[in-house]
Amino acid sequence: MAMKWKKWALATSVLAVSAIAQAAPPSAAMLSNACAGCHGTNGGSAGPSMPSLASQSKTAIVDAMKKFKSGERPSTVMGRLAKGYSDAEIEAMGDYFSKQKFHATSQAVDAAKVKKGSDLQEANCSRCHLDDGKDGKDDTPVMASQWLPYLQMQMELYQSGKRKMPEKMAEKVKPLSKEDIDALLHFYASVK
Amino acid sequence: MTLDRRSFLKLAGAGVGAAGLPMIGRAAELMPKGAKRVVVVGGGYGGTIAAKYIRMMDKSIEVVLIERNDHFVSCPFSNLYIGGVIKDLNPLTIKFDKLAANHGVKVVQAEVTGIDPAGKVVTTSKGTVSYDRLVLSPGVDFRLEEMKGYDAAAMEIMPHAWKAGPQTVLLRKQLEAMKDGGTMVMTVPLAPYRCPPGPYERASMVAHYLKKNKPKSKLVVLDANPDITSKGGLFKKGWKDNYEGIIDYRPAKKVTEVEPGKMTVLIEGLEDVKGDVINVIPPQRAGQIAVAAGLVGEDKNWCPVNPTTFESTKQAGIHVIGDACVAGAMPKSGYSANSEAKICATNIVALMNGKETTEMSGINTCYSYITDKEAVSVAAVYAVKEGKIIAVPNSGGVSPADFSAAKMEAIYAESWLKNILTEMST
Repeated sequence: MAMKWKKWALATSVLAVSAIAQAAPPSAAMLSNACAGCHGTNGGSAGPSMPSLASQSKTAIVDAMKKFKSGERPSTVMGRLAKGYSDAEIEAMGDYFSKQKFHATSQAVDAAKVKKGSDLQEANCSRCHLDDGKDGKDDTPVMASQWLPYLQMQMELYQSGKRKMPEKMAEKVKPLSKEDIDALLHFYASVK
Repeated sequence: MTLDRRSFLKLAGAGVGAAGLPMIGRAAELMPKGAKRVVVVGGGYGGTIAAKYIRMMDKSIEVVLIERNDHFVSCPFSNLYIGGVIKDLNPLTIKFDKLAANHGVKVVQAEVTGIDPAGKVVTTSKGTVSYDRLVLSPGVDFRLEEMKGYDAAAMEIMPHAWKAGPQTVLLRKQLEAMKDGGTMVMTVPLAPYRCPPGPYERASMVAHYLKKNKPKSKLVVLDANPDITSKGGLFKKGWKDNYEGIIDYRPAKKVTEVEPGKMTVLIEGLEDVKGDVINVIPPQRAGQIAVAAGLVGEDKNWCPVNPTTFESTKQAGIHVIGDACVAGAMPKSGYSANSEAKICATNIVALMNGKETTEMSGINTCYSYITDKEAVSVAAVYAVKEGKIIAVPNSGGVSPADFSAAKMEAIYAESWLKNILTEMST
């Protein structure tokens, strides 16, 4: 539906231009800054249930937004907001946030869990979650320094089946215990 | 309307006079202006963000943020304090020192007493400050002429608590002191006013407190509007499920007069309602400084602006953001002010560098608590169409009607506050 609106806007651009004195269409920064009220300035989140978008993989952001838009990925406000953007705008925002400086967080994590999680990451997850989860490859998101409550909420959604786990991830996650998963999330939260 | 020098002086004189300070001729210049300067008035949801983002985008522009207080207390979440869900206002309070340290914003604690749009000078209680462009984010003031008897003394008896701070604390104290079996009355003005769902969230939080602590008590909501202004279905369900017999909601009851001595409010001279605690939310308009500068439109209340730059359509060089402006479909909310501030900052930087402006894209996301653990939200994306700010069709909306997301949204709401206040203060 958002595409229809864009087409309509394009078709009537003569009207729009005459009504507003020559303004360029919303830039990537203009679009992205509006998100920062909840996701932090330049996408560096200070809120424990909101993910940082700074230095996130562009594909992961675009993928998430498209799934929010279609309803494939469960959400509260994100589905409603994602519907307000065209695919081109979503690409622009993904690109913008992917280029922002990595946002390191300082969180209370359990040292023993971090140690255990580090080994589990190395053995199970490191082929996709590169560089201790600091590097987002394609649609694999950056995990490092994300807030622990956010990571836990997403893992709950995955395990309840509400959020669909990628097949490769499901294979690896299935044999892991609850304690293993908890340790992994503590590890990712600790990486700076 | 353009102010000439004489009426400016009259205006400035009146302002300063009211503040009880002597004024001999024109006040001294507080800080000499360099090449490019933007002055921002108001350190709330709009002003802090405008100041910070202008500096983030262009360090060659000097930004002076003028705010009367040395801190700011958020209205969002202040209802949770009134309802006893949060115990103090510290999590809602920000200071401005990091805006100075991190971004080089020059913060001046002073009262703005006058604006000279022609001379591009702001007069403050500490001296004058010149500008190339001025951003006003003054919030709201009250249309007291529409609420007979509601003066400064009455506000200490029947708090409005619609500007967070001492008034919020006062209302909480009154509620705590009320006997079980007592009645609290709250009045809601005709829209538009600051924070459309705010009064109904307040009713929810008060009812939450009464249910838990004073179950024989009642809350009477006298709403001037024909129905709940925002998230209506959700509030009604939330009240039915949680607060039946506590909240007595009465639509189309416009309170026009108060009698603090009798603890009574009067509905258009027809009906009296008594309360043990009375919370009067008066009708509102743009902050007085915007009214005095001639920025309000035909409605005499709110400031019309260009939807791309948020520059006043009444005075060149002055931009108005936040509750005080008319931003088309964008509601008078904290998140709207945040979003508008960034749009305004982007285009002020463009204008001051002789570059092309950029069309706005904005967001509003707003949560209201129904109980201490459940919240509902409204969210929307905004764009310009035919020169007007509209909500992008087929997007946005409110929480699911069955409250299936309400517990999750209460968790998100906490992070909303944390992020938006961090953005404003770091």
